[in-house]
Amino acid sequence: MKIAVQREDFELGAEVRKLSRQSRSIGAVASFVGVVREVPMTLEHYPGMTERAIEKIVEDAKGRWQVMDCTVIHRYGALRPGDQIVMVAVASAHRGDAFAACEFIMDYLKTQAPFWKKEQTARGSRWVEAKASDDQAAERWK
Amino acid sequence: MKKVRILYFASLREKIGKEAEEIVLPAGVATVAALRSHLRSRGGIYENAFAEKALLRAAVNQDMVQPAAAVKAGDEVAFFPPVTGG
Repeated sequence: MKIAVQREDFELGAEVRKLSRQSRSIGAVASFVGVVREVPMTLEHYPGMTERAIEKIVEDAKGRWQVMDCTVIHRYGALRPGDQIVMVAVASAHRGDAFAACEFIMDYLKTQAPFWKKEQTARGSRWVEAKASDDQAAERWK
Repeated sequence: MKKVRILYFASLREKIGKEAEEIVLPAGVATVAALRSHLRSRGGIYENAFAEKALLRAAVNQDMVQPAAAVKAGDEVAFFPPVTGG
């Protein structure tokens, strides 16, 4: 399991290849990448808690599906439109578990991991407000 | 002295103008909700930042918790707006 909170960019292909080579019984790797849309932003986080919160989400996913290995990388700092923000990749024997666990981890990350986005618009900067739809997305797994 | 370390993040950090402080827990303050009320009672920027209607979340020792969660001496308590990562 790899969890990283970093300023640097990541290479999804390389991360997926690493995962798929972990074990011969891995038959599926599902992945997701979140990208900055339209507006430059700065991401703040709570060092220490962030890693811990992501670990808990991954442990929760492991209790629900067959997760053989998993990589979560979340960036912080200044990001521009088109930049990658987050990636989740889940390795399993079969696609059903990999898809479900990947979506679950992303939905929980949105509501449980301590990150905050501040957008820089032409009229100044503003903190992004949490969306009710993100809470609902996380709720449906309960 | 029953001290706790309090951390503030994002818009709350900007409103208060600092990212952390250490305070002495007043007698009777034993939960996150009580600590929030105590901070609000300091008045000024705190009264606004911790107003009843302010949508805030809290973590104790780096675990997200509900307002009824216990707070004790030596804890690290963080207050912040709802998260917006991902």
